[in-house]
Amino acid sequence: MTVTLYVPRDAVALGLGANKVARALFAGAERRGLDVTIVRTGSRGLFWLEPMVEVATPEGRVAYGPVTLNDVDALLDAGLTTGGEHALRLGNPEEIPFLAKQQRLTFHRCGVIDPVSVEDYRAHGGYRGLEAALKLDAEGIVTQVRESGLRGRGGAGFPAGIKWNTVMLAKAEQKYVVCNADEGDSGTFADRMMMEGDPFNLIEGMTIAAVATGATRGYIYLRSEYPQAFATLKEAIANGVTAGVLGDDILGSGKTFHLEVRLGAGAYICGEETSLLESLEGKRGIVRAKPPIPALKGFLGQPTLVNNVMTFTAVPWILENGAKAYADYGMGRSLGTLPIQLAGNIKHGGLIELAFGVTLREVIEEYGGGTRSGRPVRAVQVGGPLGAYFPDHLLDTPLDYEAMAAKKGLVGHGGIVVFDDTVDMAQQARFAFEFCATESCGKCTPCRIGATRGVETMDKVIAGIRPDANLKLVEDLCEVMTDGSLCAMGGLTPMPVMSAITHFPEDFRRAGSLPAAAE
Amino acid sequence: MLRHEPWSAERASGIIAEHSHLEGATLPILHALQETFGYVDSGAIPLIADALNVSRAEVFGCVSFYHDFRKEPAAGRHEVKLCRAEACQAMGSDALHREILGRLGCDWHGTAADGSATVEPVYCLGLCSNGPAALVDGEPVAHLTADALEAALTEVRQ
Repeated sequence: MTVTLYVPRDAVALGLGANKVARALFAGAERRGLDVTIVRTGSRGLFWLEPMVEVATPEGRVAYGPVTLNDVDALLDAGLTTGGEHALRLGNPEEIPFLAKQQRLTFHRCGVIDPVSVEDYRAHGGYRGLEAALKLDAEGIVTQVRESGLRGRGGAGFPAGIKWNTVMLAKAEQKYVVCNADEGDSGTFADRMMMEGDPFNLIEGMTIAAVATGATRGYIYLRSEYPQAFATLKEAIANGVTAGVLGDDILGSGKTFHLEVRLGAGAYICGEETSLLESLEGKRGIVRAKPPIPALKGFLGQPTLVNNVMTFTAVPWILENGAKAYADYGMGRSLGTLPIQLAGNIKHGGLIELAFGVTLREVIEEYGGGTRSGRPVRAVQVGGPLGAYFPDHLLDTPLDYEAMAAKKGLVGHGGIVVFDDTVDMAQQARFAFEFCATESCGKCTPCRIGATRGVETMDKVIAGIRPDANLKLVEDLCEVMTDGSLCAMGGLTPMPVMSAITHFPEDFRRAGSLPAAAE
Repeated sequence: MLRHEPWSAERASGIIAEHSHLEGATLPILHALQETFGYVDSGAIPLIADALNVSRAEVFGCVSFYHDFRKEPAAGRHEVKLCRAEACQAMGSDALHREILGRLGCDWHGTAADGSATVEPVYCLGLCSNGPAALVDGEPVAHLTADALEAALTEVRQ
C-alpha cells in the first residue's frame, strides 16, 4: 500500500532544508522497500517546527519536526511511515496547542492540501463560497461582505463592503480586480504563506469579487522577493483555467474572469495602492493624489477593486458560512479573524489566526513562548516598519484597529516583531527614517526630504550632539511628515520614530551623557 | 550559479515583441530581459520605447526607479540578497551583515573579492520568524550564519 507523506514547500521550510529532506525521505523509503508518495504542501505556520513532515495513517495525520537531513534515516527506521515513535514525533498536528487554540477561518487548508490541485482544494471545502455567491446577485454578494464587517487587511482597515459597492455601482466597459500582494512589511508573511499554501483561496476570493463588481479581468501584483509564491501562483492559475474555475465560463455560470500574476521589482512603495496601479501600468511606482479613488479610476483609468490578499481570502468563508457567522468573531468594529504573524526574536514564531481582541501579551507569551534568545522582551513593533514600538506596559493592548490607534499604534497587516533587551531604540528610530529615505517614491517633499533629514538628525542624537535640541527637531520634522505627506509612507514613518522616543527615552541620551560628547 | 546570455539587440527585440501585447507591459518586459541577460542593457531602452509607444525617458525612469533592475551585469557568480529589515535586525542581522561583508571583502551592491557573489540588501523576504534570512540565487536561507552562507555559496556552485 502506498503511504502518503507531506513535506512543505513553503519558503521557510525550504530555507530550513525541506527539499533535501523530501529527497532523502524518498530515497530512504525506496532503499527500505517502502512504497511512498510525497505531497508538497504549504506550511501550517508552526515555523519553529519546520521542516515538519506529516504522514497519513489510518488514525489521521501524524507530524514529525523539525526534521533535518540527519534525522531522516532514524525516522524511517523508527517507522515514520506508520506513525512510529521517535523523539521528533509531534502526534496529530492539529492537537499541537499552538494550532489547536487558533480560530482558522482563512488558513484552515494551508499546510494540509496540495496547493496547486483544484481537486484537493475542492475536497477540502474549496469553491463552496463561489458556488454560494453565484446563487446571489451582485448586490447580494456585496451585502454579505458589508454585513460581515470585513475591513481591508492590508493595513488601512477600510470597510471592504463599501469599496466593493463603489466598484459594483461604477459604470464602465472594463472593470478590474487587483490583489495587492506586495507584502513588504517586515514581520509579515501571511500573504506569502497563503499564496504558497492555498493559492486557490485567493483565486476564489478574487473570482467572487469579480462576479460581484462586474470585473472580468484581474491581476495579482506580487513582490519579486517571493519567487516561490510566484511559481505556485502561476501553476495554480494554469490549473484553474484547465479545471474551468477561471476563464470564460467559471463553474459553468457563463461568467468570465481572467487572472494574471505580475511581479513587482523591489519597491516597497508599490504596496500603496495607487503606486501599485502605476507600477502595474508599467510606470514608476509614484503615488497618485486622491481623488479620484481607484474604485472609480484605477488601473488604466477604469474602476478597480484593490484589496489585500488577506481581504480576498476571508471572502470565500464569509460567502459559504454567512456574514453573521464571520461577524460573530472579533470585538467592537474589528470583526472576524486576524491572521497574526509572530516574528523577530521569538521562540515559537509563526502564523496565528485569531478573532480580533487578543492582547499582544497573550500572543507573545502564550503562543510565542518568549524570545528565542531567552532574554527579556524589551520592545515589540506591531504592523510593519510604519508601526509603533510598544514597551512592556502597553502589551495588554488588544489587537483591534481602534484600541491600537488609541495607543498611537496600528494593527497594519498584523505583523508582530519582538526585540529582546539588547535592542538600541535610537538605532531603530534612525532605521525607520533610513528605510523611508530608501523607499520613498519621491513625489512629495515631506517624505523625500524629511526622511533624509531625519537620518542626519538622528545621527547627531546618537553621536550626542545637542541631543535635546536635535530631538526637538526630530519631533518637529515628524509633525510635518505626518501632516504633509501624500501617503502612509511619509505619513506613518513618524510612528515608529516617535514611539521609540516616547517609550524608550533612555536610549536617546546615552551618548549625550558622555563627557567627550559635550556641546 | 546564474547563467545569462550575452546582450543581443535582436534577441531583446524578440523578447519585447512576446510581451508587448500585455496591459502595462513594461515591467514584464524588463523582468524578461533581466532574466535572459542578467541586466537591462541601455540598448533595450529605445527598443521598448518604440514597441510600447512611450518616451525613452519613461522607460529609463522605470529601469532606474525599481531596485531590482540592473544597468550592468552582476560581477559575482552568485546573487546574494540579505534581509536588512526589522525582524531580521531583532535576530542580530546588522552584526551578521558586517561579518559577511567583511569576509567577502565588499560593501552593499558590491562583489566579493573572489568574485563568488554580488551582495544586495533587501527589505523583508517573509521569513521573519526564522531570521536572519537571505536569498541565494533565489533560494531561501533561514537562520542564516556567515558559515551557512559560505556553505550555500559552495553548494549552489555545483
